[in-house]
Amino acid sequence: MLSAQSLAAIDREVAKYPADQARSAVMGALRIALVERRETGKTPEERCLNTEVIEFVANYLNIAPVAAYEVATFYNMYDMKPVGKYKITVCTNLPCALSGGVNAAEYISKKLGIAIGETSADGKYTLLEGECMGACGDAPVLLVNNHKMCSFMTPEAIDKKLAELN
Amino acid sequence: MLEIEIDGKKLTVPQGSTVMDAAHSVGTHIPHFCYHKKLSIAANCRMCLVEVEKAPKPLPACATPVTDGMKVHTHSDLAKKAQAGVMEFLLINHPLDCPICDQGGECQLQDLAVGYGNSTSRYQEEKRTVVAKDMGPLVSAEEMARCIHCTRCVRFTEEIGGFQEIGMANRSEFSEIMPYLGKTVNSEISGNVIDLCPVGALTSKPFRYTTRAWELSRRKSVSPHDGLGSNLIVQVKSNEVMRVLPLENEAINECWIADRDRFSYEGLNSAERLQKPMIKFDGKWHETDWETALAYVVKGLNGVSADHGKDAIGFLTSPHSTTEELYLAQKLARSFGVNNIDYRLRRSDFSADAAQQGAQWLGSSIVELTTAKSILVVGSTQRKEQPLLASRLRQAVKKGSALNVIHVTDDALLTAVNAKLIVSPLALVNALAQVLKAVVELKSAQTAVDLAAVTVGAEAQAIAASLSGAESAAIVLGNVAQHHPAFAQLLKLAQEISALTGARFGLLAEAANSTGAELVGALPHRAAFGAAATAGLNAAAMIAAPRKAYFLLNTEVESDSYNPQAAVAAMKQAATVIALTAYKGAGLLDYADVLLPIAPFSETAGSFVNMEGKLQSFNGVVRPLGETRPAWKVLRVLGNMLGLTGFEQNSAEEVRAELLAKGSIESSLSNALGDVAINAAVTTGLVRIGEVPLYQADAICRRAPSLQKTADAAAPVASAHSSVLASLNVAAGSQAVLRQGSGELKVLVEADDSLPADTVRLATAHPLTAGLGGMFDSIALSQG
Repeated sequence: MLSAQSLAAIDREVAKYPADQARSAVMGALRIALVERRETGKTPEERCLNTEVIEFVANYLNIAPVAAYEVATFYNMYDMKPVGKYKITVCTNLPCALSGGVNAAEYISKKLGIAIGETSADGKYTLLEGECMGACGDAPVLLVNNHKMCSFMTPEAIDKKLAELN
Repeated sequence: MLEIEIDGKKLTVPQGSTVMDAAHSVGTHIPHFCYHKKLSIAANCRMCLVEVEKAPKPLPACATPVTDGMKVHTHSDLAKKAQAGVMEFLLINHPLDCPICDQGGECQLQDLAVGYGNSTSRYQEEKRTVVAKDMGPLVSAEEMARCIHCTRCVRFTEEIGGFQEIGMANRSEFSEIMPYLGKTVNSEISGNVIDLCPVGALTSKPFRYTTRAWELSRRKSVSPHDGLGSNLIVQVKSNEVMRVLPLENEAINECWIADRDRFSYEGLNSAERLQKPMIKFDGKWHETDWETALAYVVKGLNGVSADHGKDAIGFLTSPHSTTEELYLAQKLARSFGVNNIDYRLRRSDFSADAAQQGAQWLGSSIVELTTAKSILVVGSTQRKEQPLLASRLRQAVKKGSALNVIHVTDDALLTAVNAKLIVSPLALVNALAQVLKAVVELKSAQTAVDLAAVTVGAEAQAIAASLSGAESAAIVLGNVAQHHPAFAQLLKLAQEISALTGARFGLLAEAANSTGAELVGALPHRAAFGAAATAGLNAAAMIAAPRKAYFLLNTEVESDSYNPQAAVAAMKQAATVIALTAYKGAGLLDYADVLLPIAPFSETAGSFVNMEGKLQSFNGVVRPLGETRPAWKVLRVLGNMLGLTGFEQNSAEEVRAELLAKGSIESSLSNALGDVAINAAVTTGLVRIGEVPLYQADAICRRAPSLQKTADAAAPVASAHSSVLASLNVAAGSQAVLRQGSGELKVLVEADDSLPADTVRLATAHPLTAGLGGMFDSIALSQG
């Protein structure tokens, strides 16, 4: 279900923990599974996690499938539903909100013509609200595709970023 | 020891205690939902907040370790305000549906809301809704909006059940308790989550909406299923058993019971219950009265004994019958002059009968077994034979015991196994002999057993090292070992290993009263408490050399025998088959001539002796159904009508007193064997692994509809190693033909590479496989 490369990466995660605590590697393993699916999936459904993949990862780590499912559904970086090519997650927690986080989210929403939580019709963008990303000093902040953090996202910076993505 | 003051009461508690433990030890109640003494600490309900002096805010009592000089106030204004605040939050999303909730009247949230909640809610907004989950036929999760996310059920499946089948998905207000998508909860002890759930989210599917908790009367009883002897609370309404709950007994079942103990009560109210005596004539069944039926039985027994002699009669009894019934059955048989009596219908090896020196039992107490540092389980499909004991063994492993396994299948034990030897039934003796040889070498000791031809493998070496190195060790033989054609050798080998290592050894008693049956002498070679008896035929011999008359006590031979094919044939050729039974099963209706309705455990007083030799007596919880009578009474009256002496008992208690006066249980228990020849050579050939399915073990659970809907009760399929299938040209997943004796069965065959080579695994004791032969005999497999 996963490539040899991904499995090797998961093995590296497992090796970071004591032999009888492979469970600790579940977050890393799910991340690796999601990255592979995002890169290789042909349809939007194939580019996110599903129960088969989660069960596969759980079995690989020798933990109960539901234990991996708990983790996958707890963190919003694990995509359980199809998302666009660019998944933009804007932090709207209190410190960001005080520094324009909500405005940033609304600006992007207007600009892309999609509400928060929606994916654009062409499947290019998904806009989500996120929880604190640990960079309140850089507010407003947003994440592109889980891994790319963008700081000080004023309307101008957002325009620039979206142009870049385009 | 640490000093602590709770509400002004000074006490000392051991290091590592929590405030909750300390409060419980002085009888102070702290409200809680997520805390449970047998589960790990979660501290997520926050209901147990208490005030601790010098702490800046209220602390959860369940997760706060006691420190020296700590002063705790459980009912101060601060504590009460904190608890009331938590309660208000818990009730925000909890539906106000107590009037239609099954938990109403026995709900912890309802009870605590009376003490800590407000009469009206300040919360005006919409409550959240949660979709229902499917957890299988036993546990209902229809109203998950009631859940307060204490995660007791999650922790139970993971920590006690051994496999996390339930989880809490999503986050914050979207959290939901669920099994993995598309799966049900299949643990054989899953019903305990119903008791654990402090609200009405998880309820009992068979019990739901039948009655209210306060309408039930609670009566103590003992489980009639496996040899553990779980203590039960049977709840009764209008003379009907409505539900079964655990009665806490730390030495036996702790606070749990297996699903078989909990849901088998449905079988007590089955439509198949026999309510009136029945006699067959002209090939048709006719209901009759007791007088006629008993006279018919007496005439039958006298007739056969006059025409063919007493030896032409065979008594087959059940280890699920009470001690009193079994005692009277053997007394009746022996007083009448019949020596053919046995309870061991599923055994195939009786060669050690002469060498047996006492009543076979566990060899230690259950607590001693589960605290032994090294445990070797031989021939036991643990989770399906002894569901609750298997869970106790898992706890033992967690506490540092080494669990070693010698078995014929490699089913997941859901725990860490130190060393295991998975071999064909034909190599089971050899496997245990390997361990003995390894022990002999390790200890440079001597043994009388000839082990020259035995080659010790690495796993046997590891098992031997584990047993000899541990300060306390135990070897136990499960059902598969007991039913095995070389049971005597296995027990003898266990004894030899025990002699060298100091390990205790014994049997995991198959049924609730196996040990009791041994004690009271429902055996062809031993009378009550080991008194000498004129040797009669054992169960297998009574089938192999068919008798003219059979007297069946609480047994259905097509499901309870080692070889159902031969057993049913023997019944059919008999001139008369007298059955004392609670059910008019299809088999009995076919081969019996007279059916006498006897009471199951819920309708008679009696006692069971569990695997550790503990006699637990109980009273009937409901009146006998219809014209049903307790079996001890029927046996007593039969004794009178046959003109025998010593059948004047007026109650089950009198029978018990009479039998207990004959000897002491403690001194009669012994697994010691005299001489038994050991043949550790491994023979080859395709052999069957025929285990008894979890919910086919006895007549009651066979008729419990909810248990029969579980995954464990699914129709048997055959499985074999893929090399076996390949060599016989049978495709995995195809219908294949299995043959034993004159029996033939077309059944789905699956590949299972965890099975040893040269074996076919196919459950016995199921209507589908009743036409086949011996449980561990040779079998032929071919393309369908």
